[in-house]
Amino acid sequence: MIRLEKRPQPSRAWSLATPLLAVLATMIAGGLLFAALGKDPVEAIRTIFWEPLFGEFSFYYRPQLLVKGAPLVLIAIGLSLGFKAGIWNIGAEGQYIMGALFGAGVGLAFYPFEAWYIFPLMVIAGGFGGWIWAMIPAFLKVRFGTNEILVSLMLVYVAEQFLASMSLGLLKNPEGRGFPGSRNLQQYDSAHNAELIAGSGMHWGVVAALIAVIFAYVLLNRHMVGYHIRLTGEAPRAARFAGVNPTRLILFCLGTSGMLAGLAGMFEVSGPSGQVSIDFNVGYGFTAIIVAFLGRLHPVGILLAGGLMALTYIGGDIAQSNLQLPSAAIQVFQGMLLFFLLAFDLLTNFRISLGKPEVS
Amino acid sequence: MKLTNLMTSAAVALGLATAALADDPTKVGFVYVGPVGDGGWTYEHDQARKAVVEEFGDKVETVYVESVAEGPDAERVITQMALQGADLIFTTSFGYMDPTINVAAKFPDVKFEHATGYKNADNVSTYSARFYEGRAVQGTIAGHMTKSNVVGYIGSYPIPEVIRGINSAYIHAKKVNPDVEFKIVWAFTWFDPAKEADAAKVLIEQGADVILQHTDSTAPQAAAQAAGNVITFGQASDMAEYAPAPRVSSIIDNWAPYYIARTQAVMDGTWESKSTWDGIGAGMVGIGEISDAVPADVKEAALAIKAALADGSYHAFTGPLNKQDGSAWLAEGETADDGTLAGMNFYVEGIEGDIPQ
Amino acid sequence: MDLSAINPVLLIASLMVAATPLLFAAIGELVVEKSGVLNLGVEGMMIIGAVAGFATAVETGSPMLGFVAAAGAGAALSVLFAILTQYAQANQVASGLSLTLFGLGMSALLGQSYVGIKPPQMLKIDLPLLSDLPVVGPILFGHDLMLYVAIAVIAAVWAVIKFTRIGLVLRAVGENHDAAHALGYKVVRIRIMAILFGGACAGLGGAYISLIRVPQWTEGMTAGIGWIALALVVFASWKPWRVLLGAYLFGGVTVVQLNLQAAGVAIPVEYLAMSPYLITILVLVILSADKSSAPAALGRNFHAAR
Repeated sequence: MIRLEKRPQPSRAWSLATPLLAVLATMIAGGLLFAALGKDPVEAIRTIFWEPLFGEFSFYYRPQLLVKGAPLVLIAIGLSLGFKAGIWNIGAEGQYIMGALFGAGVGLAFYPFEAWYIFPLMVIAGGFGGWIWAMIPAFLKVRFGTNEILVSLMLVYVAEQFLASMSLGLLKNPEGRGFPGSRNLQQYDSAHNAELIAGSGMHWGVVAALIAVIFAYVLLNRHMVGYHIRLTGEAPRAARFAGVNPTRLILFCLGTSGMLAGLAGMFEVSGPSGQVSIDFNVGYGFTAIIVAFLGRLHPVGILLAGGLMALTYIGGDIAQSNLQLPSAAIQVFQGMLLFFLLAFDLLTNFRISLGKPEVS
Repeated sequence: MKLTNLMTSAAVALGLATAALADDPTKVGFVYVGPVGDGGWTYEHDQARKAVVEEFGDKVETVYVESVAEGPDAERVITQMALQGADLIFTTSFGYMDPTINVAAKFPDVKFEHATGYKNADNVSTYSARFYEGRAVQGTIAGHMTKSNVVGYIGSYPIPEVIRGINSAYIHAKKVNPDVEFKIVWAFTWFDPAKEADAAKVLIEQGADVILQHTDSTAPQAAAQAAGNVITFGQASDMAEYAPAPRVSSIIDNWAPYYIARTQAVMDGTWESKSTWDGIGAGMVGIGEISDAVPADVKEAALAIKAALADGSYHAFTGPLNKQDGSAWLAEGETADDGTLAGMNFYVEGIEGDIPQ
Repeated sequence: MDLSAINPVLLIASLMVAATPLLFAAIGELVVEKSGVLNLGVEGMMIIGAVAGFATAVETGSPMLGFVAAAGAGAALSVLFAILTQYAQANQVASGLSLTLFGLGMSALLGQSYVGIKPPQMLKIDLPLLSDLPVVGPILFGHDLMLYVAIAVIAAVWAVIKFTRIGLVLRAVGENHDAAHALGYKVVRIRIMAILFGGACAGLGGAYISLIRVPQWTEGMTAGIGWIALALVVFASWKPWRVLLGAYLFGGVTVVQLNLQAAGVAIPVEYLAMSPYLITILVLVILSADKSSAPAALGRNFHAAR
């Protein structure tokens, strides 16, 4: 008989080994799937994981990993703080949109005036946009006890409608021949979040993501707020006795995650994306939730998980064009990766023992 | 710009390699905004890709990536195709405009074709279809066929492309039936079959007996069939499974002739940057079989309009026409210029309601 | 503007159809949440149900078999979630999200050869005299069978939760799994049954979209309805009849806004399209005074030997 025993402490060895095991299991299951679709499984797996990193054109794909991974990491870091404390912001997609709209709005208001302070102002506006959007569920939760999961989720749809309205109305490019979408900020120097070193993929959003990782690490390990967050998540009653103010914690966690999501949106719209358009958001806010869990809510883990997710996206697109693998197969593949990671997590927190239950 | 040089040299090296092997196939890339199984916009582009394969056989190699988000993802996928030696790349969504231009600047030897946009470069052509010509045919049929004199129109987003279609359909319905009235519903989505079905039902409940749609799913067709005594038109693809009724005709996006011609041009080395805006005449806009549910005289009138549009003897926007606010737009016999049409943001006189802004 | 063009009877009849997929998905999720489990994978289970139901109906020619297959497929996918959360002790939020990702991809793969096909039609129940009655006829008697099934499921869930021992056990597990375990209830087994029921209902909701409401198969056709179903459960504060009310309100706002547009009322469409979500938030705020309704153990995993 197989039994599970909860470990007193999560196993360090397993917490490092399980992601590797999960990737391995995904490769096997994914390989079977690709084989069932009539594709060479080894070639498909190699294309997804190897090609972007070490393939012929990796000089181009490696910087792209930063571009694709940065918003995921930035958002996931913010979310992880709340998740650790049991505060569930799943509306980062909406905060991302609002950050982009506020940031781009400020930039476009200055057009075509050039000045050094425009971009910093956009950064502040972007962070504020995400923050204020997250403060709605935060305020409703502390004031009325409303469930933040649902309010933040509902606000994603509101933000999407708002985005459509802005792309078709207020922020529409006056020289865009009536098509929806704003001016391209890439062509407006003062507002352009350009690559810091050409061809490196390194833009201010990547820098911000790295700073956020360090900030979260220090906060969680060296700071009182971090201690409160962990305590609230692990033992809410004890936290109250220890003098944690739940209201302030909720406002802090939701506010920070909203701000970071807003910044991610702002850096995206002013850099790689360039313009506000109806389909500007591509699901980073939702994918970041998965990244946060893949990274075990640990800052360094999130950094790696963000990289892994970005890798499967980029590798997946290469596999599509090289092997004619349908995009749906890539989606299933990513779903499998998550399933295996979540399932193998068991080994980190539990000990599996065979045989009869011990009498204790 | 180190990387740009690097990429160019990589592309040049590949280009030389291609040239060295004479029977090396021409590589054509396609970037799609939706899944190839969407049954509409992307589906038709992929049908055209298959036509290219059929036409050239071994001489061509095609690759595609589906469901590519507009923005940085598109730029990456287009670059990826260029790096991997594509000679010609079709980018099939308006939102790919700036990414296409960006990548094209880095790969001067690769040819790019961007659908529905307006930015050209030495190695970037644009192409689009005059779908409003098809709307003129539909409007003619709708005006004749409606008994309630109410025509329902499901729009996606209020952009020039859609507004052009509404105006063209209205003008031609009005011409054959002065009492006709248009009810327009904006779905504010490109894709949501359930919402499209609801929109069609609402229009039918409010008395519409003809439904025109500018959304790609067959949901409105099914709603019309369930209601009975309502006619519809296929959009993007033929939707022949709903013929002969409710679907009485359709506008079909037919990109195949253009894709074959442009691929041929690359093979021959005669490719040049240009802006193409083709209609019924060039075969880019196909009119699906007009079914027997339409009386012979109406069918004849519709085919006459189609023929006149095809041979260029008639323009779908021919004066006298006023704008919605009553101000003069086109004088007697004057035809609309392409610039105005491309950015059309007003209704013509007679249409009620406002364009949402 | 011509408001007289809006026929309130037809409007109500069509909002009932618009609301039915939501009803199925939400009542299933309600049972899941009552047992203390939060499954965010509703969208994934719905779309798997949509494709399985569609494919089966096309292959067999029977929409009823399609619905059976849809329920089976939805439940089958939810087994994955059950294994992850109940045996492997994985986080429920993350597991639910991966379920959605997996379901969307899988359905697209399975449905590749079914694009552009028309499914067999579901016969309407035509009660000769009743459905011809003015006003109540179209509203109460003019629908397809599954719409009534959805309402029946709600009634059944309400009755079971309120009056039976099963309902009592379900609630006990959802309120305090440790106490329920101490009383000798099989917490994990009960939760798995609830998850399976939720999956089956979501599958039915998906098939209602692909077989009746739209009817066609297209990738991603559920277009977010699964997420609204999640909101609906909270909106209803975990009370079955309020799910019905909420679903009609949701369906209603969409149908009413389209009706107003068609009648030529100058309304800012995108802002009206926001309204269902804003109204939900408002209702959430109003209902949050009533804290007794949320299952206390919602979202927390249970492990017996601690």
